[in-house]
Amino acid sequence: MTPRQAFLLGLRSVLPLLLGVAPFGVIYGVIALQSGIPALAAVAMSSIVFAGSAQFLLAQLAGAGAPLLLSAGAVGLINLRHALYSASVAPLLARLPRRWKLLLAYLLTDEAYAAAIPHLLPAPGRPRREFAHWILFGSGFGLWAGWQVSTVAGVAIGAQLPAGLGLDFALPLTFIAIVVPMIDSRALLVTALAAGCVAILLAALPYKLGLFLAALAGLIAGAALIGRRQ
Amino acid sequence: MSIWALMIVCGLITFAIRYSFIAAEGHFQPPDWFVRLLPFVPVAALTALTAPELLLVDGGIELGGGNVRLWAGAMAILAAALWRNTVLTIGIGFLAFHLLQRL
Repeated sequence: MTPRQAFLLGLRSVLPLLLGVAPFGVIYGVIALQSGIPALAAVAMSSIVFAGSAQFLLAQLAGAGAPLLLSAGAVGLINLRHALYSASVAPLLARLPRRWKLLLAYLLTDEAYAAAIPHLLPAPGRPRREFAHWILFGSGFGLWAGWQVSTVAGVAIGAQLPAGLGLDFALPLTFIAIVVPMIDSRALLVTALAAGCVAILLAALPYKLGLFLAALAGLIAGAALIGRRQ
Repeated sequence: MSIWALMIVCGLITFAIRYSFIAAEGHFQPPDWFVRLLPFVPVAALTALTAPELLLVDGGIELGGGNVRLWAGAMAILAAALWRNTVLTIGIGFLAFHLLQRL
């Protein structure tokens, strides 16, 4: 495998996710304008913050004139789960120069991580780890580009997409396509069940805290099962 | 307060979270129990993102036939388990979603 092939592998793997991300980008653009954010700032936010659900919240908070500290705290809580992705890919990136680490950290989103991770887990026949950063760069760049284009489209069109198409359903479907084949042990099944149940029970918590706590619950349940068997 | 200042602060916070463990790698040795949790991150985080999308309708758990996303999602899960093919899973999920909506 060459760096170019690894980059293209990452890029390809994120394409199905763009189907689901694009409508969100368009809707974000529309909501940002409706909240009174200038078009230029609305578009710039997609590169400066580059985090879907946090941008939705920021658009609402900015429109409501919420104080900086509260908005910043809320964004921090929403994006807390990205620390888990950071920990997950950190060992793969340990030997890279700092500019690579900065770039890949900036591009580390739910979708880019999800698309790349099946190719990064150690297994026979998988690309060697020395190309992990190119795979992550491919998926990260693909998602970044798709998010920018769809945001601009939302700001430019200024109208909602037809709801009946169910394009937003592409996101959960792709996550299913990624996660289900990964579940090849009882510990991982328990992880998924615990994370899913807690996410549903805590869905009403503000700032998507439920997602973070559910992921933690899944990790602990899975690791506890492994620990007990040893 | 300027929207630009707000965006830059929030951008820095988001980046700091994503960079945290990547930056720390090699500078400290995380405890064993922490390292043991890491292989479970993809399944735990992505299931936590997906489950509410399938089961919750307007904030409540909805298991009935009217919850099209749940049953289309269940078929996608079955397809993913059987064939382990991304495009096929998404295709079957979408097909089920649209067919069930018309019932």
